[in-house]
Amino acid sequence: MRLRIAALLALIMGALLLGGIASPAASTGTTAPSAAPQAAEEKITVQGRLINKSTSGQTNVAGATITVTDASGEETTTESDENGQYSVDVPYEQGDLTVELDESTLPEGVALREGARNPIKVKVESTLPVTITFVLGPGDRQVASALDQIPQNLYNGLYFGVILALGALGLSMIFGTTGLTNFAHGELVTFGAILTYTFNATFGLSIWIAALLAIAFSAAFGLVQDLFFWRPLRNRGTGLIAMMIVSIGLQFFLRNIFQFFTGGRTVNYREYITPPGITLGPVTYTVRDLVLLGVAIVLLLSVTLALSRTRIGRATRAIADNPSLAASTGINVNRVITIVWTVGTLLAGTCGVLLGFSQSVKFDLGAQILLVMFAAITVGGLGSIWGAIVGSLVVGMLIEMSTMVIPSELKIAAALFVLILILLVRPQGLFGRRERIG
Amino acid sequence: MTIIIDALRAAVSIEAAYFCLTAIGLNVQFGFAGLLNFGQAGFVAVGAYGFAVAVASFNLPFFVAILVGLTCTAILALFLGIPTLRLRADYLAIATIAAAEVIRLFFGASFKEYFNGRDGVTGFSDAFQGANPYSGEVLGFRPDDFWVMTIGWILVVLSSIFLWSLMRSPWGRVLKSIREDEEAVRSLGKNVYSYKMQALILGGMVGCLGGFILALGQNSVQPDNFSSDLTFIVYTMLILGGAARIFGPIFGAVVFWAFLSLISGILGRLTEGGDPVIPSWLMTDDQVGSVRFMIVGIALMLLMIFRPQGVFGDRKEIALDAR
Repeated sequence: MRLRIAALLALIMGALLLGGIASPAASTGTTAPSAAPQAAEEKITVQGRLINKSTSGQTNVAGATITVTDASGEETTTESDENGQYSVDVPYEQGDLTVELDESTLPEGVALREGARNPIKVKVESTLPVTITFVLGPGDRQVASALDQIPQNLYNGLYFGVILALGALGLSMIFGTTGLTNFAHGELVTFGAILTYTFNATFGLSIWIAALLAIAFSAAFGLVQDLFFWRPLRNRGTGLIAMMIVSIGLQFFLRNIFQFFTGGRTVNYREYITPPGITLGPVTYTVRDLVLLGVAIVLLLSVTLALSRTRIGRATRAIADNPSLAASTGINVNRVITIVWTVGTLLAGTCGVLLGFSQSVKFDLGAQILLVMFAAITVGGLGSIWGAIVGSLVVGMLIEMSTMVIPSELKIAAALFVLILILLVRPQGLFGRRERIG
Repeated sequence: MTIIIDALRAAVSIEAAYFCLTAIGLNVQFGFAGLLNFGQAGFVAVGAYGFAVAVASFNLPFFVAILVGLTCTAILALFLGIPTLRLRADYLAIATIAAAEVIRLFFGASFKEYFNGRDGVTGFSDAFQGANPYSGEVLGFRPDDFWVMTIGWILVVLSSIFLWSLMRSPWGRVLKSIREDEEAVRSLGKNVYSYKMQALILGGMVGCLGGFILALGQNSVQPDNFSSDLTFIVYTMLILGGAARIFGPIFGAVVFWAFLSLISGILGRLTEGGDPVIPSWLMTDDQVGSVRFMIVGIALMLLMIFRPQGVFGDRKEIALDAR
């Protein structure tokens, strides 16, 4: 037992060492310019350029008033010239400079973009010129945008939802057959993304081969994980709650191994990072995203078909329904659970591979969507196959749509809030059965 | 030698007192009542922010602000408990961890005039430090820190004595029997739901005391102090010491924090300098932090698998099976 766990840990270590060999040891921080020697007559220049960026092009904004207040409270005012440029010299002094744009002096039809900072505070540490940019746009932008954003947000939400469904389906299958709420599932997602990055960027393989290898490794990781870790724990009679806490320990361990080898950096694959966008009506999409979407949908459909049509699939559902009864009809429960772990981890790894394209690869890529996956399968109904997929789509669209009303930093919070709300009004979710909630 | 002294200092530091109080609170919920609260970080965050904002933005007196913090935590427990306490253990776990994350994101991104985004709230500890009786360094600690430590450890002792007597009272016995068999308690005519709610509130408020200590100790509260990692580190500490034991969380927090400090000290020493003992292709000093958390993960897994009752606990008393 102990030996097996040790062997598993060694294996994970080995697999990751392989991945981490080439990761640079440390990122050298940029050294801040040392403060110049202070002299009474020294001046510091505050400059910038006011540009009205709109879809039709750029125009310079002239005649707007800028006020600079230095640390001692002294105000200096200037106006932007016909090129939109402004520049003002203020006495050098260490401390905060406040730069304010007088919005009433902006020409008709030009306004600060929503959320743009004004006044802007800067810390002065040297006499180097300070460049301040105010984000401007057409004043009418806000009115037109709200409705226009809906199709695009729906598309983005659908895209995220389909990819999320891969992870959520694996999580739900594992929960259905073993009863384990796997908190380490997010790390299985990260695993796929980090392996793809390693094969692609470090070993220089083509992105397709890298992705396929990563998916294969993910499946193997799931197989090994169940054979040498979860199955022995089940055989020991470890309780479900105890296993859940074990999975939290595993999450901590894996996430920090990822951080150990990637150094907390945000990295990207070598290819298909910024594909050209194609605009169709109100929606902008890319060919890359359509291909990825196709891959995800094919995978989701084949897994759900396999669950309903094949012998193994039926056995899986039987175990999810009643493990003892399934065992008494001659189903090899342990074998089926191992297959579920393998497929579930494969799905999670694929989710990570695909997420790595649209978001960057980071050690906590999966940890950040773990709770979103929980939200998805709770909305759909814990343990339900279709529930996981529908729940993911609902949650994905909800997250993207929510950015129209709340700050985008809070979009995950919107999903989690819905999770709590669902537990309040319909704890079994959309597709779940009431007896499961206890 | 300095590494060992540093570890011993860590054992009595502000952080250790903070973890102690948070773990004691969790012990009420998880150890005594069997509630799988994965959102302790949220309770601590709400308490600490409530206190900090009350002083920093509304200039309330110190003790009123403390009351505000405790009230905020109690209200959170009430709101969270109403929908989730009737559900099975793993639903409670997911709901509480989600709530804690919502709270952290909320503090980081909204009402910036009060919460200051990710920079957090500062400038609320003047009244507390004004009452500081220490003027010089004590045992190598800064007087400000030592004052926070003093209050922190007094709170640890007081809350432990309070819980010790509470758990021997009829109320405590009912709580423990709810953990053992909810249906049996219900058949005796006790309102299980109400007892669970009281335990959630009480545990949250003790954890919130920890939040005050953290806030005063580091002179600020930031959203990143309260990620779910905090909850899980505290779980590791509680399980190490032994859940459902008065001394368990204290022992767990002190020993585990000192142990982590010892590990970082040793690893830091082994990786420092131009020709470190551990070659730099294997590990650099930037990676010591990751190794520390890996150890948390391994410790949690090993404890849970081989000794879920920890050092002082009784295996029969740990409620670890889903009902």
